[in-house]
Amino acid sequence: MQLIQFMQFIMSKFCALMPSSLIRLLGLAGLVSLGGCSGNWGWYVVNPATETGRQNLAFLIDGLYYTIGLSVTAICISICLGLLVALPALSNRRAPKAINRIYVELVRAIPILVLILWVYYGLPQVASLSISVFWAGVLALAISDSAFQAEIFRAGIQSIDRGQYEASHSISLNYRDTMRYVILPQAIKRILPALGNQLVYMLKMSSLVSVIGMQELTRRANELVVTEYRPLEIYTVLVLEYLVVILIVSAGVRWLERRLETN
Amino acid sequence: MNPPATQAFIKVRDVSKYFDKFCALDSVSLDIELGQKLVICGPSGSGKSTLIRCINRLERHEAGEIRIDGIVVDDSPTGSAVLRNNVGMVFQQFNLFPHLTILENLMLGPVRARKMAEADARDLAMHYLERVRIPEQFSKYPAQLSGGQQQRVAIARALCMAPKIMLFDEPTSALDPEMIAEVLDVIEELADSGMTMICVTHEMGFARQVADMMLFMDHGKIVEMGSPKTFFTAPESDRCKLFLSQILRH
Repeated sequence: MQLIQFMQFIMSKFCALMPSSLIRLLGLAGLVSLGGCSGNWGWYVVNPATETGRQNLAFLIDGLYYTIGLSVTAICISICLGLLVALPALSNRRAPKAINRIYVELVRAIPILVLILWVYYGLPQVASLSISVFWAGVLALAISDSAFQAEIFRAGIQSIDRGQYEASHSISLNYRDTMRYVILPQAIKRILPALGNQLVYMLKMSSLVSVIGMQELTRRANELVVTEYRPLEIYTVLVLEYLVVILIVSAGVRWLERRLETN
Repeated sequence: MNPPATQAFIKVRDVSKYFDKFCALDSVSLDIELGQKLVICGPSGSGKSTLIRCINRLERHEAGEIRIDGIVVDDSPTGSAVLRNNVGMVFQQFNLFPHLTILENLMLGPVRARKMAEADARDLAMHYLERVRIPEQFSKYPAQLSGGQQQRVAIARALCMAPKIMLFDEPTSALDPEMIAEVLDVIEELADSGMTMICVTHEMGFARQVADMMLFMDHGKIVEMGSPKTFFTAPESDRCKLFLSQILRH
């Protein structure tokens, strides 16, 4: 009940800043939406002061373990895959370039949800292997993301001055050492903001793996909604969970960027 | 296989290079002996940079042949090995590795390409940093150095690979005037120590000091070639006379 008072207070402050016509419009919308939730809010489902509330919250938050595990594993694989796909694009020959183009265009054209379903339900039949929900999710997310990673790497590597290759050549470095010690360290520094974006994107897309039964954040929220029938409160908690994780990740990426800049 | 003693160390034979339709090198032939100091000059677009870039295989020539120490320079293992073991290069834009310290810039080649032990590579790097007179800068990054210092680091980096011949591609053209002298001094010392070098430059005072052969190029061809004395006082071709009168006017 305190929360409702709090919300009303916020609303009144908010309204003071708005023209009156807008307030009426917002008030109307607020009435309509409140009408749909049978009069009173039910924050008790996630109230940490009660035993069931605590249990429900713990159930929701435990999904973080899978969401983060899924996203981080998938992004590590997709970065490696993306780099492997990007390198042929830098070749002067036509065949490697074509392989890169076909892979990128093909993978980019498949919706992530469709890929998840295909990998989980389709792949075991094709390859006659059993694949766990976790690894099906990781595989689908990684493949899907690798096309974008490949484009990011290609742009990053192409932005490095030709003189860096020439200098490497003139001190007798081979292709592998040139890439490893000269080109990639500089390219990765430049594409770090884009890689950070991809990680945030991946954290959000991992919610789609809920459809094949992965017990990550979104799946747990869905399950709790079914038993408690409090969608507004539970999904609000879900929104906050993603928000907190992603804000922390963004801050981490910015910190890393600053650290690399000072070097 | 040891080539006969009379054979030139670098032999360029009828080398041609095209950029699309544009002929950058038009059937160029040239011999360079060990210990020789060759300075190449000419107007921009005359092919002088392309010539030394072909020798180092940064450009691939379409016709003709380049031999170093008797071995044809091409993409074959022996062709690239002879390049690796003999030729060092210094660029107009320095091309230092910005993410590595000065010391790391110098050690990268010896450690990765020559498989030298880190400690030995460090001693070697410090030795050459002292030779180019900036040993105290070893822990800095290239961006923290002046242009002249960066180019001297680039020279030291090339020397760490113990080349028999050094190629300089307009080494002072990107420098502020007050820094040109410190770089030319280092190159001059290197020349005095007996290093074979080919240097593309517009610094005619330096050329007079260092060169034992001058070469003037225009439109992808060698127009004039000779000792600095005759080159500066009595050039034969009109194009070379015009070029020298323009460049020496001030």
